[in-house]
This record gives sequence, C-alpha cells and structure tokens, in this order.
Amino acid sequence: MKALYNYLKEVAFAFVSLANGLLLTLKYFVTPWKSIITENYPDNRDHPSVADEFAGEVILIHDENNEHKCTACTLCQMACPNNSIQIISKQVETEDGKKKKVLDQWVYHLEMCTFCKQCIDACPQDAIKMINSYELSCFDRSTLTKVLNRPGSKLKEKAKVTPKVQE
Amino acid sequence: MIQFSDVTTWIHQLLSSCMAPWLVFLIELVVAAVAAVVALLVCVIIMVYMERKVAGHMQLRHGPNRVGWHGLCQLFADIIKLLLKESFTPTRADKLLFTVAPVLSLCVSLLALAPISWGPGLVLWNTNIGVLFVTAISSMGVIGILMAGWSSNNKYALLGAMRSGAQIVSYELSAGLSIVTIVALAGTLNTGGIIESQANGWWVLKGHLPAIFAFIIYIIASTAECNRAPFDLAEAESELTAGYHTEYSGMQFGIFYLNEYINMGVVAMIASTLFLGGWQPFYLPFDFPLAHAFNDIMALKFMETWPAWISWVSLAWPLVWFFGKLFLIIFFMMWFRWTFPRLRIDQLLKLEWKYLLPLSIVNLVIVALFIVLGLHF
Repeated sequence: MKALYNYLKEVAFAFVSLANGLLLTLKYFVTPWKSIITENYPDNRDHPSVADEFAGEVILIHDENNEHKCTACTLCQMACPNNSIQIISKQVETEDGKKKKVLDQWVYHLEMCTFCKQCIDACPQDAIKMINSYELSCFDRSTLTKVLNRPGSKLKEKAKVTPKVQE
Repeated sequence: MIQFSDVTTWIHQLLSSCMAPWLVFLIELVVAAVAAVVALLVCVIIMVYMERKVAGHMQLRHGPNRVGWHGLCQLFADIIKLLLKESFTPTRADKLLFTVAPVLSLCVSLLALAPISWGPGLVLWNTNIGVLFVTAISSMGVIGILMAGWSSNNKYALLGAMRSGAQIVSYELSAGLSIVTIVALAGTLNTGGIIESQANGWWVLKGHLPAIFAFIIYIIASTAECNRAPFDLAEAESELTAGYHTEYSGMQFGIFYLNEYINMGVVAMIASTLFLGGWQPFYLPFDFPLAHAFNDIMALKFMETWPAWISWVSLAWPLVWFFGKLFLIIFFMMWFRWTFPRLRIDQLLKLEWKYLLPLSIVNLVIVALFIVLGLHF
C-alpha cells in the first residue's frame, strides 16, 4: 500500500513540476515584448543597451586635471597572458633632485587582447578599467595599437598623508 | 444548410454526366488526394513558421524576423535553399534503400490521412475501421526511419534508427490504449462516427477524469511517436549529430523534415477527432437556458433562416473548428518541446513501461466500469 501511495505521489508530483515549467514558458510566450532579451543590433545602433560589466576595451582612467594613477609598475604587463600591454617608462628628475620612474607611454595592443580582465585585477592603483565599447573592428591593423595615456597627462599626486602628530 | 456531401454529390453528378464511370472514379481519386495533401502542406507551412516563432519566444528570442514581414518568407527561402542543394549519397551507403527511405516514410505518413474526417461528409475513405487503420499505419513509419539509419552506413544514423524503433514500439502501446478508451466510449472505430458521438459534448468533457487522463497520455505518447523533443532520442543532436538522417542532404533531408511535421499533423488530427470532437463546435453539456443559447449559437442555428447564398459561409464553420483544434494540439506539442529537457533512453523506457502503460491499463478498466454503470453523459 505504501509503495502504491509513493508511486501515485511521484506521478502527481511529476505533473506539478512539469506544469511549473510549462507556465513559465507560456508566460514568456504570451508576453514577448517583456521577455525577449535579444538586441536587434544593427537596427538599434542609435540607442544600444550594453551592460556596464561588458568587457570591451581597456582604458587608462584620467580625471578632469588630465591626471592618471599609473605608476608604471608593469604589473599589468606581467599579468597579461598575450603581451598586449607594453609599459614604456622614463626617468625624470624631480624638484628635489631625486630620479623617479614615470610613465611615458601605456601601449595597448587591442588586436591581441582577449578581454580577460587580468590586467584590471593586477593593477594595484586601480588606474585602468574596461569600458563597454563595441564595434572595435577596423580595416587597418595598425590603428588598433593605441597609446592610452593622453598627451601631457601626468601621475596624480597622492593625497598628502598627514603625518600623525605625536602628542 | 448546405452540407459538404451536397457539394461532393454535385461534383460527382457533374463528372458522371460527361464521362465514363472509371474515368470519374480516377479523377475523383486524384482530386481528393491532391486536395488533402495540399491542405496538409499548407498546415505544414504554418506549423514550421509557428514552431520557429514559438521556439523563439519561449527561449526569449525573436524567432525569424528578417525575411519578409515578421520573417514570414523565411520558410520559402529555406525551401528554395533545400531544393537547390545537392542530394548527396555516401559512397558506401546502400544506394537503393538510401533513396527509397525518405519516400517510403513520406508515403506511410500520408496514408494515415485516408480515414480522417475533415468536416461533416468530408472524408477520403469512409471506413468502419478508420482509427484502427491510422494506428496500424502510424507504426509503419518506423520502417522508413530504420531503413534510412541502416542504409546510410553511419554509426550515428544506425544508433538513432535503433533508438527510434525501441521508442515507437514502446509508446505505441499506451497511445493505442488511450485510443481504445475513447473507442470504447464512442462504440465505433469510424472517425466520422466518433466525431458524431461528440455532438452533445466532447469526450474529454463527457468522459470525466479518465478521458482527460487518456488525453494526457495520448499527447505524451504521440509526441514520443513523432520523435519530437523531449523524446527526440532518434535525432539527439548533442549525441548523434542528427540521428537517422545524419547523411541526408538537400531535398531528401527536406522530405524527412516535412515528414516530421506531417506526422505531427496526423497525430493532432487523431487527438482532436478522439478527444476534442473533431469538427464539432464547442458544446456545453448542461441543462441551463444560457447553455442552450450558447450551444445554439455554436451550432449556427441562427443561420437556418438566412438566405441560401449566405449559408454557404456555414460550410467553413466545421473546418474552422477542425483546424483550430489541430493547431491547438500542435501548439501543445511545441510548448512541450521548448520547455522540457530531453529524456535519457532509460528514463524514456521507464516512463513508458513503469508509468504510462500501467496507468493507461488502469484507466481503461475504469472507463469500462463507467460504460457498464452508465456514468458517462
């Protein structure tokens, strides 16, 4: 008797769980304007909807004073699995006579980039990020090699850490 | 009210008045067959478009929407593509069987159309073994599939064909038993007779719970017989590339594709004939004034007083119901296909032998009790 009860319970439960799935797809079917997530891509070019998390290309973040945070530590270059980042640095002399390594050119080879985001993870300063741009293809390969730091930009001064006043 | 039988008798008399009897017979045969096949092909065209749109919308996609308005011309583009492609035969294949297989399976599925009653008096072969004939013919379809799988000299094709054989042999049983429940209720095997027995309510409503249960079992088993997902083990894209028609291309593949939809159409016609009253309009089996008024409207009683030239319109009324039910059941089958994941072969056989078959036997016994005790309407 117990076995028969379990058997019938199994059948009834199967119907209930199948009905759940059927109702879900029916809901999708009768409200296509709400449920369809496909983008009509070339048609909606003027009003695209791309997720912010979409990994398009790497940029170096510049603030309004044309300053970036890259210290030319080359950690991103080392993290890159296919050499699409080249950090070219130079030595400059600061006012107090010290020699300091600063960023000269942040060269980004978009043609080699696989958008793996490992450079973003490697950066200790959060100087770079990926933006959700697309339509990156072009006819001339050489235009894909970009220098990301803007001309005349310089390293952002660290906010002066006020030394703890010893009391 | 004009009936279809009036129209067919008129055509018969017109032809008989100017031709020899054997020629009349021949012409009527050809015209009837062509009319049935054309009607079915139009249904298939609608079904293919419907399938792609239903699939699209259930998977949060648009479906075809580039060729023509809302992708309406997509199917015709696909047919032209298939017609232009080469029908390639592998070198090591059995050439004769390989060529015959698609044609054979198409013939078998078209044969099942013969006893189907499309409207009152509109039936190709008015036989008293109609339902038996359809069940017999529909299990022949597996021969075409086995032939295709075996002659292609391809392991995937052979595996697909074998699975299809096991599956159809299993599911024939519960499909047959659920058909038998309705045959027992109606007391006839003639399709027209079964439909006429539903003039005072469809069997799915009149037969209480067992009829509904038989309907569900029939839908499941017929989906399996059509080799459609969730029972598409014969094709099993992810395991067997395309199963029994892996080696087919061009229009030979097209015929298999067409065949799948014709089978679906035939199965849906049988389901609507047995359970949903075929071409009978909806009838409320209650004794209220409102129900009577509703039933009179549904039976087009108000048209009887209208002039004869308008009552021609009422000819289309049973066809509207017939095709409406046909597409309702086809929509059910598409709905299942795009909702459920595919079963494994052991789950497939377990479902049939441990669940559907025992339940439909019990169901048949209960229906027999109902008939003996006179509990159905």
